Amino acid sequence: MELDNLDRELISIVQSGLPVSGEPYRELAEALKTTEEDILARIGKLVERGTIRRLGAIFDSRRLGYTGTLCALKVPPERIKAVAEIINRYPGVTHNYLRNHDYNMWFTLLAPEKGEVDRIIGEIRRLAGIDEIISLPAERLFKIRVNFDLTEG
Amino acid sequence: MLTRLEKEIVKALQEGLPLVSRPFSALAGKLGLTEEALLDKIREMMDRGLIRRFGAAVRHQDLGYTANAMIVWKVPDSLVDKAGAVFSGFSQVSHCYQRKTAGDWQYNLFTMVHGRTESECREVARAMSEASGIEDYLVLFSTAELKKSSMKYFV
Repeated sequence: MELDNLDRELISIVQSGLPVSGEPYRELAEALKTTEEDILARIGKLVERGTIRRLGAIFDSRRLGYTGTLCALKVPPERIKAVAEIINRYPGVTHNYLRNHDYNMWFTLLAPEKGEVDRIIGEIRRLAGIDEIISLPAERLFKIRVNFDLTEG
Repeated sequence: MLTRLEKEIVKALQEGLPLVSRPFSALAGKLGLTEEALLDKIREMMDRGLIRRFGAAVRHQDLGYTANAMIVWKVPDSLVDKAGAVFSGFSQVSHCYQRKTAGDWQYNLFTMVHGRTESECREVARAMSEASGIEDYLVLFSTAELKKSSMKYFV
């Protein structure tokens, strides 16, 4: 399924903000000059095909009391699958990517307490048999932007 | 600290908004609130910064942004403020953080750039380097996405 222009406009709007009001989809429909049914059907399709990963509130994990960090480790190529399985099992690991560097595996970790973050990293070290996992917690946030420009097609 | 009700609201809102005409009314019923009371509470939580925004998380690959570069910079402490501000001014930069360093990893500023191609990301990195005067940097592309999920809080 290709995205049509209305899909693109819709994504453009909902990624920066959905109205917090009684009938948010009707408001979107009015802004996009279509019907509420059409908006609901389109969003349903976009969620189903995964283009919209989630529609709802995006939280500030720190303000909710959670502690987070970004970790990196050096994994031999033949062990990548097994090590990823160990790491991805933790619900607090939300992102895990391979990247082109000696530190080839990068994952983010969130937990309700700092002690829990350290405990999980220790456990991963032990289970994966990899001592060298670096933890790089954020010290300062300069920017978070989440919307992508769709205007160039 | 969050109240019990606020935690319940977080749990309800992280599941995804129902695709019905009055989605907040549907959620309010489960929380034992009126629709208006829930909307007020959500707006308050937005004002307090607990909720960063209300909207869609999208898969950027589907929108044509297939290259994902983490550009890391080695910035002297005295220049971090300036470099952070310069990098944040680039529209292609979605995230910019200062992070602790550890062991043999001495890059302290992290920027995420999403582009349609890898060369587009490298171009952006070059422009960022020129604008900031920071020359020691690496462009790390993601070669595989092993996990990407939304955090579930208070479960």
